[in-house]
Amino acid sequence: MKTFEFKYVRFAVGLVLKAAMLMVFIFPFLWMISTSLQTFRETLSFPPTWIPAVPQWRNFIEAMSAGPFLTYAKNSVIVTTSIIVIQMLVMIPAAYAFAKYKFIGKNVLFGMILLAFMIPGQVTFIPVYMMMADWGLIKTLMPQIIPFMSNAFGIFLLRQYFMQIPEEIVEAARLDNASEFKIMWNIMIPMAKPALATVALFSFVSHWNDYFWPLIMTDSASIRPLTLGIAMLRETEGISNWHIIMAGNVVLVVPILIVYLFCSKQIVKAFVYSGIK
Amino acid sequence: MDKQSRWAQLRPYMMIAPAMAGILAFVIYPILYLIYLSFFKYNLMNKDKSKFIGLDNFTQIFTRADFYKALSNTMIYTASVVLLTMFISLLIAVWLNKKSKINVIVQAGIFTPHIISIVSISLVWLWLMEPNLGFLNYVLKTLGLPPSQWLQSSKTALLSVIIVSVWQGIGYYVLIIVAALQSISPSIYEAAALDNASKWKVFYKITLPIISPQLFFILVIMTIGSFKVFDTVQVMTGGGPNNATNTIVYYIYGFRTTNIGYSAATGVVLMAIIGLLTFVYFRLLSKKVHYQ
Repeated sequence: MKTFEFKYVRFAVGLVLKAAMLMVFIFPFLWMISTSLQTFRETLSFPPTWIPAVPQWRNFIEAMSAGPFLTYAKNSVIVTTSIIVIQMLVMIPAAYAFAKYKFIGKNVLFGMILLAFMIPGQVTFIPVYMMMADWGLIKTLMPQIIPFMSNAFGIFLLRQYFMQIPEEIVEAARLDNASEFKIMWNIMIPMAKPALATVALFSFVSHWNDYFWPLIMTDSASIRPLTLGIAMLRETEGISNWHIIMAGNVVLVVPILIVYLFCSKQIVKAFVYSGIK
Repeated sequence: MDKQSRWAQLRPYMMIAPAMAGILAFVIYPILYLIYLSFFKYNLMNKDKSKFIGLDNFTQIFTRADFYKALSNTMIYTASVVLLTMFISLLIAVWLNKKSKINVIVQAGIFTPHIISIVSISLVWLWLMEPNLGFLNYVLKTLGLPPSQWLQSSKTALLSVIIVSVWQGIGYYVLIIVAALQSISPSIYEAAALDNASKWKVFYKITLPIISPQLFFILVIMTIGSFKVFDTVQVMTGGGPNNATNTIVYYIYGFRTTNIGYSAATGVVLMAIIGLLTFVYFRLLSKKVHYQ
């Protein structure tokens, strides 16, 4: 009987501790949402306002009219989707070739991909910017898209996946006179769907959230993405207008949070998978 | 037939061509270009006026106090983030290791900050750490503790940035360690139980060695990732106050328009450091890490 009680107490204490820890990671976002609905006065009060008396929805209107946010959002969408589509087109044949064909120089070429994996944008941004300027692309969205056409991590991951597909399946299809393209399209790609989804999710999260690269590559509002627009609210709205800044921030965060709420399982799996391989 | 076999030989090259072109154009060539630029006093307005100055940029780097400040900040930041994140994630992972619904929810919850833009994270923490109205100082005051200046004092600014980075990163590393822990076969623990080994001993002698490949992986990506810290610094402190949070990438960023050659040379130094770290890690630890 005693051990039963002990177990029960232990479980309850564990539960409380887990809830407390969860709060440490979730609270800042709740705080952000609360602030985004407060009046300027409420944000100044001490002790702080927990829940605003009347939700101030117009904070969002004010935040969104502080800059061309429709353009920012459009740029974010265009850049992110273009990157994902181009990466898929480039990555699938490359990963397939590295996994299933023998050719001279294969190891050296694959080594170059691994090297690319190691070199961060923080090292290459100066020369890439200058190249883009030379090519006259600085005023376009291109500098935010084409440098990411080859996703080294994606090629690496997908190659692993293709290699696990038994050679017999490919041989059988070849005997049936299926073209190499058909083998890739009808057999390899459907079997590699989980890996493709992982790479796409990864690309989406990292490029939608990217700040460093667009900061370097853009110098006018018409080509900036959302992250930059939100970060600039501090300058346009004044550093003490926290309710407006947080309202802008909510606009940036909530879409990702909603996606996460609905497919947290897949996202978590994707991140774990990428970490273990 | 001949034509067809030649096509078969060429095919793999055609298939990897776009990927290789991307890597050549946006990784290999820029690296060479960066090294080339580092030997010049580069004139952005008039390229013809750029002057080859040999290793002058590098001698300048290693004699300037502000570079050493940025380097030491980056090193303190990296060491702190890596150690703290590693320790706390390991602790939480062991705690949340058991497969249960609650644990899955808690894991997903603490992972949330990892998929949110650093811009948002930085802005939220900037607000939480606001010295007069921020929530953190409210908590400190309520607990009867002295409030902190957080990001606005050169004494606490770097620590504040470290706290935010650790907070954001933990969830991801917990996930990876939990996955590693759960892949350990239960029979190993059963054997240890038969030997009456203590819990701590089981952890230290069995669990830790088995998951060491994953811990090693975490160590490498965390160190390299931390060394290129920029976003949090740019949004939260702008390198300040008084250079207290200036980091290497922020330093490179600062010179990117005023002195390209110097900036490029610092980029070469960063690349060398990252390369060296990767190399040393693989050399030293690959011998000690246990692979199944």
